[in-house]
Amino acid sequence: MEVTLSCPLPQLATERILLAHGGGGRLTNQLLEAVFLPAFSNPLLDSRHDGAVLTLDGLRIAITTDSFVVQPLIFPGGTIGDLAVNGTVNDLAMCGARPVALTAAFILEEGLPFEMLQPVVQSMQEAARAAGVQIVTGDTKVVDKGKGDGVFVNTAGIGLVVAEDPINPASVRPGDAILVSGDLGAHGIAILSVRGGLEFEAEIKSDTASLWPAVEALLNGGIAVHCLRDLTRGGLASALNEIATAGGVGISVEESLVPVTEAVRAACELLGLDPLYVANEGRFVAFVPQGDAERALELLWSQPVSAGATCIGTVQETPTKLVTLQSRIGGSRVLDMISGEQLPRIC
Amino acid sequence: MKFLDEYRRREEVHRMARAIHRLATRPWTLMEVCGGQTHTIVKSGLQDLLPKQVTLVHGPGCPVCVTPLDMIDRAIAIAAQPEVIFCSFGDMLRVPGSSQSLFDAKALGADVRIVYSPLDALQLARTNGDKEVVFFAVGFETTAPANAMTVWQAAREDVRNFSVLVSHVLVPPAMEAILSSPSCRVQGFLAAGHVCTVMGFEEYEPLCRRYRVPIVVTGFEPLDLLEGIQMAVAQLEQGRAEVENQYARAVRRAGNRSAQDCMRAVFEVTRRTWRGIGEIPSSGLRLREEYSRFDAEKRFGVNLPAVEESKECIAGLVLQGLRTPDECPAFGKRCTPDSPLGAPMVSSEGACAAYFQYGKRKDYGSHSVLPTPAVGH
Repeated sequence: MEVTLSCPLPQLATERILLAHGGGGRLTNQLLEAVFLPAFSNPLLDSRHDGAVLTLDGLRIAITTDSFVVQPLIFPGGTIGDLAVNGTVNDLAMCGARPVALTAAFILEEGLPFEMLQPVVQSMQEAARAAGVQIVTGDTKVVDKGKGDGVFVNTAGIGLVVAEDPINPASVRPGDAILVSGDLGAHGIAILSVRGGLEFEAEIKSDTASLWPAVEALLNGGIAVHCLRDLTRGGLASALNEIATAGGVGISVEESLVPVTEAVRAACELLGLDPLYVANEGRFVAFVPQGDAERALELLWSQPVSAGATCIGTVQETPTKLVTLQSRIGGSRVLDMISGEQLPRIC
Repeated sequence: MKFLDEYRRREEVHRMARAIHRLATRPWTLMEVCGGQTHTIVKSGLQDLLPKQVTLVHGPGCPVCVTPLDMIDRAIAIAAQPEVIFCSFGDMLRVPGSSQSLFDAKALGADVRIVYSPLDALQLARTNGDKEVVFFAVGFETTAPANAMTVWQAAREDVRNFSVLVSHVLVPPAMEAILSSPSCRVQGFLAAGHVCTVMGFEEYEPLCRRYRVPIVVTGFEPLDLLEGIQMAVAQLEQGRAEVENQYARAVRRAGNRSAQDCMRAVFEVTRRTWRGIGEIPSSGLRLREEYSRFDAEKRFGVNLPAVEESKECIAGLVLQGLRTPDECPAFGKRCTPDSPLGAPMVSSEGACAAYFQYGKRKDYGSHSVLPTPAVGH
């Protein structure tokens, strides 16, 4: 039988917003580069850090904002309210800033039961207390039924920069040790486990938490922190790629050193997901000089939120700005930025 | 993790690689049939461990890649109907049809949902009586039994607002199409282990005899794949052509009879067009007459103009193992996962996506930037 060949050449409707534009991967970056950065361009924004650091009357202030749209609103280990507080607190912490105050804006959907809103607000209160910040101003809007998804929360925050040297990808140097603050993927899998009727035997809880105690420990301990990044959507892989690109360095990671719990690994294997791309809400990566690495780990271990910290790789002197992964079996490959959302595979 | 870590141990993997180095005296070309195997190979860097005499080419076993263009268009047309909840495995949503993907349709307002099991779609039908719930039944013999079971249950419960858009394909006819093509360069197969857990491997025996080609039923972990390669190379070196089973911990010769019975009760064999390859006789499944009331194609009567696929992308050649993805001029340039020219760049099981994601790209200098671990003899 002669096989005739043919192949698709589609034109995608890329002029519309797709879900993947919010996935934290390549499409998100394209959206930023095509639309937002050209419109708002300035040196602070263009550095594309999690927050911006402004110097006002000699005082260095970090400022950041984040919106939260998770479903379900309440999930194992947290609520959208925890995420909204911790997410913004963590963005400040990643600037080396002590969180000072937050704003909170709610977009509520008509018909939302108070009993759904109450636990969200209560968990925000508790998370703010735990993080040592106050929610000092806010806003409430209600949209027609069907025009929202229960509750959307936006928080913005300011913090006082404590770190003496700039903490950003440009400070990363070849030879730096790369530390992660704990096991990866729990938040993303916790959300998946209650969405779409998946049931796992082991309950996997979100890791949502304030990272400031861990960062504070590093800074107070005199560690020369070069760069910090929380590992939210897009996971470790996306964060490392962003830093490699922005810092102009190569990054090498040893797969067997990346901490992932058995339960998360099992869930990922089952669903065909890669834990390196799964979202976290209470984990970060720190780039520190090799000579500080061991002391930095000890400081991280002293804080509950980073008790599982470990070194996973080093920064390389290479012209390629690639993230490479040494696989468990000793092969090596590029750890790329994700294209859109990770999708469970067919079989 | 039990049943995984044992098959990823570095020492074992390297020992098996050394055995292949000792065994291979001549150049051999093997095809791993399943896209899941392709991904393990590229993701774990297995190719770096193999002797240069052994070439792996990637097979057609990517359900997303071979689902024809007009079927995707039909799915999108059905999903766009206001009363429809269209359910699919996540993989299918990004695949480009002639002008859109299901993700695009979703962005335009279609109710498209990712499910993990066809039974979830049936459950949606039970709880959304005012909606028409359609499940996109794609895939090989691996997904067919669960899809058959779902239709059977829908029939038993007389769920009237549920239907399936069937585009099932079968592996052995595709292997035969590849073998019978004059340009075939495949000398041995690593058969798809998961397909064989359902179907067993009796049906490969005639193929093996007719084309004198070794077929080794192979698993999905690095050590499985290396052992499968080792068994196939041993056959080739010794001039044997047999069906062997590397994946014995999951596969029996007769397969899973009850799954097969369920499949046969609901589906019958039909011809199918394979995207990028063309029509292959007796290579797919469709609903039997007694279940045709669950056929979404009939229920929605979608009439679409015939669509021509462009000749530009070489997915057809890639799916038959005639080219590797990085040999395509468009690879990584005009064709990326963000703007794919062909389905293999989209699916998590597609060879092009594997090459792209795991860095087998010419602009990276491919192997040269990556240190290759030494494999001693």
